[in-house]
Amino acid sequence: MTSYAYRKFKDRLFFVLSLGCVIIAVVPLLSILIEVILNGAPELSIKFLTQTAGVIGSPDAGGIGPAIQGTLILIGLTCLIGIPFGVMSGIFLAEHGNNRYLRAYAGLMRIFNNALTGVPSIVVGITVFALVVLTLGHYSPLAGAIALSFIAIPIVARTTEESLKLVPNSLREASLALGVRNWRTTVSVVLPDARKGLVTGALLAVARIAGETAPLLMTILGGQYFFQDFSQPMDALPLRIYRDSFLNYSNFQAQAWGAALVLILIVLSLNIGVRVASRGRLGK
Amino acid sequence: MSPRLSGDNLFKILAALLAASAAVILIATGYELFVGSSPVLQRFGLYFFTGTKWNPVETRVNPEIYGALPYLLGTLVTSAIALLIGVPLSLGIAIFLVEMAPRTLRVPVSYLVDLLAAVPSVIYGLWGYFVLRFFILDYIEIPLSRYLGWLPVFSGTPQGLDVLNGGIILAIMIIPTVSSVSREVIQAVPISIREGAYSIGATKWEVIRNWVLSYGRSGIFGAVILGLGRAVGETMAVTMVIGNAIGPSAIPTSLFKPSQTMASLIANNFLEATPGTLELSAYIGVGLFLLLLSLSINVIAQVMVTRILKVKGGAVE
Amino acid sequence: MKYKIVIAIVAIVVIVAGVVGYVYLASSSPPTTITLIGSGATFPYPLLSVMISHYHEQNTTVQITYDSKGSGGGISDLESKLVDFAASDAPLGATDMAKAPGTLHIPETIGAVTIAYNLPGIPTGLHLTGKVIADIFAGNVTMWNDSEIQNLNSNVTLPAKSIITVHRSDGSGTTFIFTGYLSVSSPAWNETIGQGKTVGWPMGLGAAGNTGVAQDVNNTQYTIGYVELAYTLQNGMTVAAVQNPTGNWILPSLNTIQLAVQTAASSGLPAGNQSWTNVSLLNANDPQAYPIVSFTYLLVYQELSVIPGMTQTRATALVQFLWWVVQPNGGQQYSSSLEYVPLPANVVQIDEASIQSITFNGQHLPTS
Repeated sequence: MTSYAYRKFKDRLFFVLSLGCVIIAVVPLLSILIEVILNGAPELSIKFLTQTAGVIGSPDAGGIGPAIQGTLILIGLTCLIGIPFGVMSGIFLAEHGNNRYLRAYAGLMRIFNNALTGVPSIVVGITVFALVVLTLGHYSPLAGAIALSFIAIPIVARTTEESLKLVPNSLREASLALGVRNWRTTVSVVLPDARKGLVTGALLAVARIAGETAPLLMTILGGQYFFQDFSQPMDALPLRIYRDSFLNYSNFQAQAWGAALVLILIVLSLNIGVRVASRGRLGK
Repeated sequence: MSPRLSGDNLFKILAALLAASAAVILIATGYELFVGSSPVLQRFGLYFFTGTKWNPVETRVNPEIYGALPYLLGTLVTSAIALLIGVPLSLGIAIFLVEMAPRTLRVPVSYLVDLLAAVPSVIYGLWGYFVLRFFILDYIEIPLSRYLGWLPVFSGTPQGLDVLNGGIILAIMIIPTVSSVSREVIQAVPISIREGAYSIGATKWEVIRNWVLSYGRSGIFGAVILGLGRAVGETMAVTMVIGNAIGPSAIPTSLFKPSQTMASLIANNFLEATPGTLELSAYIGVGLFLLLLSLSINVIAQVMVTRILKVKGGAVE
Repeated sequence: MKYKIVIAIVAIVVIVAGVVGYVYLASSSPPTTITLIGSGATFPYPLLSVMISHYHEQNTTVQITYDSKGSGGGISDLESKLVDFAASDAPLGATDMAKAPGTLHIPETIGAVTIAYNLPGIPTGLHLTGKVIADIFAGNVTMWNDSEIQNLNSNVTLPAKSIITVHRSDGSGTTFIFTGYLSVSSPAWNETIGQGKTVGWPMGLGAAGNTGVAQDVNNTQYTIGYVELAYTLQNGMTVAAVQNPTGNWILPSLNTIQLAVQTAASSGLPAGNQSWTNVSLLNANDPQAYPIVSFTYLLVYQELSVIPGMTQTRATALVQFLWWVVQPNGGQQYSSSLEYVPLPANVVQIDEASIQSITFNGQHLPTS
């Protein structure tokens, strides 16, 4: 026969345990942030952010300029490819209408979309290596952007669809009642209303791909120099971090931490952007 | 064809076509992996999935042979550790945030937990290799080895880059996924159930344990499967802490052994292989193996999660 | 209103990113830049990177990228024609030769494989023989205070700790040299594991590149690994004194490697377009020679037009770079400071003949 006191005790105990879980989960996050800041902040300087990497083993580790440039270029290219495909995809999934066949088709495409989010990024890298690098005959920033787009498209499609579904139907009906064509309704009435969600989706996708490393390993390869043209390998922040971490020289390892700090700042500000953009939106 | 209709149709057709992007990408992925791995699968057949030797360089003594079982085991063991550690933590967090936290704490704490998902994998790896490794070595592995080293699972000399480290990092990385889905599942439990339970005098913990969790059972299970899918596909963080063993010595017989997952094998060695060789085909084969595993886990997870949650992005129809 | 600002910020960031990228693109290199890409061995990387850097100072229009990913990766890239030249410590075997026909071997320097260890309190110079090292890496000797090791080292007390071996996880010419040495030192090794760029290591940690192995040894106590000399020097690591055929315990150094080269490389070297698989500098006969020494090779196609994207200008630049690398007053002058042995005169001659034989569309190219 359990007494009330005992049950109350279990209740309190569980409160402490679940609070403990939260603390245990937050500690690694704090540790990572602290380590990245402590080890990376001393590295930051204009020189660090703009110079090329130094010769490995020499006292001058140089900088991560090409890596930062590479990440920015990849972000730009991936947005150019991924956002249009993703948004149009999301538009169709949300606005396909009531036609029986279209609805079935949309359902099938949605399944594929979700399945794609479950594909490991290293597998995406293999696919793009075979499709693009081998076809072109060289490593290329374009291959990297295509690989990252493969990852970004399902994310953008899903968030676009979700945002469009939240737009009240009355808006669409009002626009149609006024004689506006279907697609014009979508573009001029529905999309603007879902702006916030679309921006959120794009930012989410960018935040995700900015930190991806595995697909870059076999598509842009990495390197020391700034971007030359689309037929040369390119460096990027996550790649630079990965490669520098294996170099047993303290100045290069410090560079890895500095690059990590820059990358985390980029990713965190994108995440904060997501939070700000989605404030006031119902749901997540 | 009047201009009004053709503009409309054009847009619709364009949207419909582009909606197939994911399908096209997925099919292209499957195709490339099947085609790329057929040489090694034809040559070794079932051995590729059940064998343990891995030798890309034909030497006088050892023929070229590829058996991916050790890496499958590495993936499964690290993922199992990730679930064992990560799921209880995630559930604790989810319960805390939904049931127990004061209203003002909810948003900041959930934000902090979600931030774990924002950290790029390679930074987890960097931290895991330079920081977490020594923590695990000094505070977990060495004591375990000293007192429980006679157990086979704790045998061997610990040095920090091993299955356990991989599992712990994965555990941390799946916490945001599992806890946020669990949170939604728990929130979706109808108020009436809780109120009914409270009305008969149950304590908060009893309500959660006996009513909420059992109601949300399948959703939470779905969250766990989602976490598993995440753990299986994770590459960079694990690659940097797993120890990089190859062949039979990669089989994780002890938590303190250096090992290898399917993803880390590819990350470590893919660039080594010359296109057109059996070796490259072997890595693509491992990629195929990994794809099939992750896809099945992901599909199962989606099905389970959408059953309990009514509004989840991309409901399977 | 608030999110309009966010959209504006995002748009500005993306535009700025594009502009910044473009500006860097425009300003970072003069339009007449000639780029050459090489990849491969980590063994010579410290020297190659210094050479490349100095060459660039003297020839500012030539930009050479060398991706130090391991001999296996370099050979692979060469076979796929993804690079202009490769570097490897392992010469091409028959299979690789078939996949990259017409490849020239151009030894560009000579280095040593050291046996580095991390034993608290024990200085450089631990006595080890080839057979003991083979036993350690095969997992037959598992404790540091095993009698096989302790017997060779009566002046130190070895700890009662398990040995953690560190080997290369990538396809490595250094592994090729090291396992070649183990194969001649231990019949058991020769029979069960053998020599290769990758072998079936029965246990131990795998690390990428010479630097990865050096790092793991540095960071982990009671480890032992094989690392090229320049890396152990740059990191102040403790290395073993390995017994050579005359019975002496030899520490790796410029002198002890040079002696190995002089005795072993004085005759019988093949031409650049022949096979180098039988060339070995291991276990040279001099009393003071270090036993684990090797050439490391630059690999380049004799007819450069087989590489997609190769032009007359780039081919000429490549030939001139290679020529400079092997010259005593060119690249070779930087060797000694990094404890690589400069090429002896007879090897320089062989290399010069090889480089002069390089053609583009059948035309020979000027070497300076």
